[in-house]
Amino acid sequence: MRYLGQTAADRQAMLAKIGVADIDALFKDVPADALNAAIELPDHRGELEVERHIGALAARNLSPADAPCFLGAGAYRHHIPAAADHLIQRSEFLTSYTPYQPEIAQGTLQYLFEFQSQVALITGMDVANASLYDGATACGEAVLMAQRATRRQKAVLSGGLHPHYRGVVETLMRQTDQPYLAAPMDAEGNEDLAALIDEQTACVVVQNPSLFGHVRDLRPLAKACQAKGVLLIVAVSEVVSLGLITPPGEMGADIVVAEGQSLGVPLSFGGPYVGLFAAKEKFLRQMPGRLCGETVDQDGKRGFVLTLSAREQHIRREKATSNICTNSGLCALAFTIHLSLLGEAGFTRLAEINHAKAVELAGKLDGLKGIKLVNGSFFNEFTLALPKPAAGVVEALAKKGILGGVPASRLWPGEKAAEHLLLVSATEMNTEHDMSALRSALEEVL
Amino acid sequence: MLNKQGRQTTPNAGADNSGPAGGYATIGGHKGLEHEEPLIFEQGEPGRCGVDLPAPANVAERLGGLRRKGAIGLPGLSEPQVIRHFVRLSRKNYAIDMGVFPLGSCTMKHNPRLNEKLARLKGLGDLHPMQPESTVQGALALIDELAGWLKTLTGMPAVAMSPAAGAHGELCGLMSIRAALIARGDARKRILAPESAHGTNPATAAMCGYTVDPIPATADGRVDLEALRAKLGPDVAAIMLTNPNTCGLFERDIRQVADMIHSIGGFFYCDGANFNAIVGKVRPGDLGIDAMHINLHKTFSTPHGGGGPGSGPVVLSDALKDFVPLPYVIHDANGYRLVEQDESGKSFGRMKGFHGQMGMFIRALAYMLSHGGDGLKRVAEDAVLAANYVMASCDDVMSPAFAGPCMHEALFDDSFLKDTGVSTLDYAKALIDEGYHPMTVYFPLVVHGALLVEPTESESKDALDHFIMVLRGLAERAQSKQAADYFHGAPYLVPRRRLDETQAARKPVLRWKPAQDNKAAAE
Amino acid sequence: MTLYFTKDHEWIDVAGDTGTVGITVYAQEQLGDVVFVELPEPGRGVKQGGEMAVVESVKAASEVYAPVSGSVVESNDALAADPSLVNQDAEGAGWFTKIKLSDSGELGGLMDRAGYDAFVKSLG
Repeated sequence: MRYLGQTAADRQAMLAKIGVADIDALFKDVPADALNAAIELPDHRGELEVERHIGALAARNLSPADAPCFLGAGAYRHHIPAAADHLIQRSEFLTSYTPYQPEIAQGTLQYLFEFQSQVALITGMDVANASLYDGATACGEAVLMAQRATRRQKAVLSGGLHPHYRGVVETLMRQTDQPYLAAPMDAEGNEDLAALIDEQTACVVVQNPSLFGHVRDLRPLAKACQAKGVLLIVAVSEVVSLGLITPPGEMGADIVVAEGQSLGVPLSFGGPYVGLFAAKEKFLRQMPGRLCGETVDQDGKRGFVLTLSAREQHIRREKATSNICTNSGLCALAFTIHLSLLGEAGFTRLAEINHAKAVELAGKLDGLKGIKLVNGSFFNEFTLALPKPAAGVVEALAKKGILGGVPASRLWPGEKAAEHLLLVSATEMNTEHDMSALRSALEEVL
Repeated sequence: MLNKQGRQTTPNAGADNSGPAGGYATIGGHKGLEHEEPLIFEQGEPGRCGVDLPAPANVAERLGGLRRKGAIGLPGLSEPQVIRHFVRLSRKNYAIDMGVFPLGSCTMKHNPRLNEKLARLKGLGDLHPMQPESTVQGALALIDELAGWLKTLTGMPAVAMSPAAGAHGELCGLMSIRAALIARGDARKRILAPESAHGTNPATAAMCGYTVDPIPATADGRVDLEALRAKLGPDVAAIMLTNPNTCGLFERDIRQVADMIHSIGGFFYCDGANFNAIVGKVRPGDLGIDAMHINLHKTFSTPHGGGGPGSGPVVLSDALKDFVPLPYVIHDANGYRLVEQDESGKSFGRMKGFHGQMGMFIRALAYMLSHGGDGLKRVAEDAVLAANYVMASCDDVMSPAFAGPCMHEALFDDSFLKDTGVSTLDYAKALIDEGYHPMTVYFPLVVHGALLVEPTESESKDALDHFIMVLRGLAERAQSKQAADYFHGAPYLVPRRRLDETQAARKPVLRWKPAQDNKAAAE
Repeated sequence: MTLYFTKDHEWIDVAGDTGTVGITVYAQEQLGDVVFVELPEPGRGVKQGGEMAVVESVKAASEVYAPVSGSVVESNDALAADPSLVNQDAEGAGWFTKIKLSDSGELGGLMDRAGYDAFVKSLG
């Protein structure tokens, strides 16, 4: 077995040193009838066999590399620079752990500090943590944090919030019987959330751009929230949008959560991704998750450590701000490397390209065979109202080798108004040819 | 004398290798292979860019008038600058690939590179989570196959795959228990957990609205059954117990614990963080547990990656198997289906975006296939053998907290350092200069000055022997009166010496900020 | 002015109907370097034995319980800027809050200096 280091002779020598006759003597505390139970599994295999086995599973899927792909809805197909994927595979990053010993983890700590700085800058917020699992769980944590900070309970959830984010919040709230108000689906992007705020409201959660793609000016809502002591939580499921759109921090957000997958992290069928979490400085001690801070070492040199740990589960236990321990370190690194490569100019340019592609695609499809563009505004994703149920159209497109979008009914099941809606995204990955292929295929299936 | 004309083959006595070169400090601040590296924000120039992107098409903007005004403040670097920056940073990290990483409770084992390759395969690494079911049958089959391995290895009938890490798995397990209790009209209030539990246990219980009642341990490091009995009552929802426990010991009364909790209608949650000690050897399903999370990033070797991502599937007993999070995969006549909406009325809802940590599933399955059932059993045996070997080799100069045998972790207390002036922390820091990552220190809390050593099955006997030599050498050195100052100053041979955590927490600096004038210029 | 102590290592110095509250020298030693203190806002009612404040060091966090019932008159703003005052002068400049007592009878259940010193000694 190629991963195990002991020879039979080693094992004998070690058992002798320990002073036992055989390995099972070390398992003497296990109930005898439970030890060495027959476990029916195949024997070990070589690299080649394993590669063949998993390769065969991969071959049963339709890779977006082989199909024009317009899927978004919270996960976006972007180009990952070769340098980013190479660097995260360096042993010192890949096979290290949470920086519990800062003297030999300055590499991890410094990139976490840089990650936090980048997240704060692009969201327009004061501080950011060292990552959470994904955008949806970050959204759940934000609601719990708002409850702590305001000592109120009720959460108001926008009808333009990604149903997975909403689902996570609802699951968490149900555990402690907390009230929440989930607004009806808002495909048009014109809901009035301010009207739903009352004296018990801890927070309003709104997504920008919304699930349906609308880009909204959140300043009036922020004002209404502030007037009633309610925290405004803004969720961003496509982080590239922050290269072009006014950041939530500038529009008055108290907490910003985002899905960071678009920068450096492969789609990987939904995970692992990286949750971004940023807030105003005054809420610092209510934040969940790890924080990396600057300090000096014994010789006075600048260095970094995990800090404000007294918020966390390993110290505060049942009173911790969250139960999170492992977060998403390596994905945060991929994010940081990709954003470092892009820099100010590249990040803005990438966002511009995405927007231009989407505008172009919307122009090609709006009006085609009764298709109507729902959006007035959008970034790289928009909603189309189709003359037929969208789920069937997507299936028909898939048969033609085109991943044509996400039917809203998959995210809003049972919602009549969702049935004909299709979410379509375009990124820098989509070529002119892709767009024409989608247009012709839609002409055929509609 | 003969080599006087040639190069010197031994360093000068007393030369401080960490400090100035030949009496001089280096001019530029670097020290040989060790480079000082500024923040990325301190090296950028506007106008530089590490990617080439075409000019966007000229279109009429549709951003609703919300185009950002002003600069973000991100630095601009070329690709070589970025690569050099992160390579230099990487060299300031310790890693499993460099040496023994005996961090107790974390299972820092070898991360096969095959698994990295497979996670990046076309048709897996690039799959979009919202593709139609018909286009992802292989992905769903992979999830189902991994689920099958997990069920077989644990002897449990069901597994929830979506939790993103161990603590998230705990949350899943408790939500499942809560849902089952509510379904029978019997909401309860209390969770029992040993004093030695991971901090995630009480934190998770609190998220589910439970109060946590700690159970003391016996003198031999196991759950005190009498104390447990005294805490039982009709309001107890569950017990959360780590097995093997955080002291590195198998809970030999585990079946009595299961019977006791079941007798009052409660559930048995097992924290599976230490599954590596028994994988392939003992099935938790044979011990009476109802739910257990499995850290794929521990037992099944998905890389820890500097603190994640992880993955924490939860195996469930018959009593809990319907109370699962969404989504889940099923297999019927038409192939694999991803069930995203509750069909049974028993699911407790969604826990994260999309369907789980697929990238980790691929790696974990590759690890399992590589080991096979025979290899996994060997994993547990070798891990337990290695820990006992360390303990037996050091028990005369260090102080095991409990009598052996231990499972996959050897736990020491700090009584071997008594009256030396050397603390557990000092001892750990001295290990760094010896080229080792320290063991887990000051956990579990129930042992004074705890040192928790988990060598894992990945280490050869040669590597263990060297590690043991160092552990012993430092323990012996601590006994010398002159050595305390040396220990207090350790580590010496590192990019940064001990860091001031008090300053970091009193005056938090959590991000780079542009200098005031830069900001004004940007606006 | 009379000093009283609790088993949770708080002290209260009572003058008239108002008591100044802090944590003891022993408590700050156990905590280590204090990095943050969360104090109640003036006007908040507190109950004897109820949570009143939180004190954090690098490695620990601890609730501070009200030694008496009453309402918070003032909290020590200086601790926000310089939490190290708790380490330097726990029973002086490192005070936490002033409480207007609602029931001076509660003082009867607290310890005096000698009683507290003996209690600490018994902890080993």
